[in-house]
Amino acid sequence: MHKKTRHTNIQDQHADIMIRDLHKSFGANTVLKGVNLDVFRGENVVVLGRSGTGKSVLIKIIAGLLKPDSGTVVVLGKNVPALDDKELLQLRLKIGFSFQSSALYDSMTVKENLEFPLLRNSRNLTRAEINTHVEEALDAVGLKQTILQYPSELSGGQRKRIGIARTLIMRPLIMLYDEPTAGLDPITSVEINNLINEVQERYNTSSIIITHDLTCAKATGDRVAVLLDGSFIRTGSFEEVFATRDERITSFYKYNFIN
Amino acid sequence: MGKKIHFFNTILFKISGTLLELQQVFMKSNPRTYIISKKLDGFFSDVYAIMSFIGKFFRELGPPYEWREIIRQCYMVGWKSLPLISVTSFVVGIVFTKQSRPSLSEFGATSWLPSLVAIAIFRALAPLVTALIAAGKVGSNIGAELGSMRVTEQIDAMEVSATNPFKFLVVSRVLATSCMLPILMFYMAFISMIGAYLNILVNEDTSFSAFFIKALEKITFLDFFSSLIKTIVFGFSIGIIGCYQGYNATQGTQGVGRAANFAVVTSMFVVFIEEIIAVQITSWFR
Ligand SMILES: Nc1ncnc2c1ncn2[C@@H]1O[C@H](COP(=O)(O)OP(=O)(O)O)[C@@H](O)[C@H]1O
Ligand SMILES: [Mg+2]
Repeated sequence: MHKKTRHTNIQDQHADIMIRDLHKSFGANTVLKGVNLDVFRGENVVVLGRSGTGKSVLIKIIAGLLKPDSGTVVVLGKNVPALDDKELLQLRLKIGFSFQSSALYDSMTVKENLEFPLLRNSRNLTRAEINTHVEEALDAVGLKQTILQYPSELSGGQRKRIGIARTLIMRPLIMLYDEPTAGLDPITSVEINNLINEVQERYNTSSIIITHDLTCAKATGDRVAVLLDGSFIRTGSFEEVFATRDERITSFYKYNFIN
Repeated sequence: MGKKIHFFNTILFKISGTLLELQQVFMKSNPRTYIISKKLDGFFSDVYAIMSFIGKFFRELGPPYEWREIIRQCYMVGWKSLPLISVTSFVVGIVFTKQSRPSLSEFGATSWLPSLVAIAIFRALAPLVTALIAAGKVGSNIGAELGSMRVTEQIDAMEVSATNPFKFLVVSRVLATSCMLPILMFYMAFISMIGAYLNILVNEDTSFSAFFIKALEKITFLDFFSSLIKTIVFGFSIGIIGCYQGYNATQGTQGVGRAANFAVVTSMFVVFIEEIIAVQITSWFR
């Protein structure tokens, strides 16, 4: 086991996210055992893995929602586990997190959902500027007409988009998507995949996309990493990763495309 | 305040740690003591967790305030429990007066009825009944609402969007219950007095103002003040317990129901304990 490093400014020009030898367990349940990963500027990295392999745990550690047991997690040059509350807040301004359940605030309209982070972090903005930001973000996901609706009135795909718009409003440098297409029909899934790519092009974000949907992985991933038994067993382009006889990986392929 | 709680917590933590060690010794000798010490240990770590939660409340209490949310919560707490409190207090006023009359008339002392009723209502009935109604209605509501926000990751979402969910959700709700409960209590006392007056009117012909003046004759500043402080404490407890249960709800929809249920049971229990302590303290001043 490694000692947690106390430095918060680890200079690394290349990788926006750099993870080294990450370990995490919950009681007796060891979830991550030595994860290594780099995500470079402007890159989409897809993390593939079966349910319960710790994909969500991994990105929650990156966003500072969970503390790792050991290992290094450097995001935009900051060592996340060593940050204090204030520094973490500063870093989170640059991270967008799209939750599997969308996690829209039920008691607020779409507009209030989008304003929520803006009102609290950019207190010098005028009402008009805030409205412009909200409209821009809604425009980016193509859902201007829903501005006064409540989350309960939206479809699953619309909720996903609003969730993404809510993070875009803060102009993040990093996007973390937790199973963006899970539970959506194939057509809506393709729309979400396109949106993820649009976000990458428009804002030059570095992203991690968690999924077990190979269509999504192929469409959005510049690189694919396969998580199994607590570490990445294979990394590369989509074609590279699946050009193998390794049973653990080919079975994944077989079940996704049954023919 | 935060510092005191921290000190208190350190002690609790030590107690809990010692129990844990004892537990390991007992485990080898006697399984029954092991279970007891494990329960005790669980109790102490719960108390520890809730004290930390309270400590955090006082640390997060400062500006900037979430005014809109505080006002919205005040509205929810006050307005939503108003119908139930109105009906209950009116009935309490009528029934209590009606039941007290026979015993007083045995001594020919029915003229004491207004002040007797007023004392009972102001000192005990209004604060306690308001708190119990609020525990049932507001406490469960807070527990369920925050619980569902927790299990649907809405609290996590607030956190990763660089906002402070504790301040927005917990501080605003606890402030709202602490402010609104005294107001509800005075409202309840007033409506109960109207109920009492109507019952008295059946037997005697007095004007409301005459009745009211007579009733308030025996109410001292201490009664007024102790009820005020008491209901602020009740409100704080109901708010903080509801928030604690909801904020720490564990995964799944079951967790939401459990949070709501625990919020009601625990806050009612705590309200009774606080009532007993309050009665003790005020009796020192009498
Ligand atoms: N907060 C938590 N407390 C305890 N166990 C957890 C917690 N979060 C996740 N786990 C466990 O970690 C494992 C991986 O979970 P997760 O990352 O959600 O899987 P997935 O790859 O499907 O996203 C699961 O066994 C889960 O039970
Ligand atoms: Mg997951």
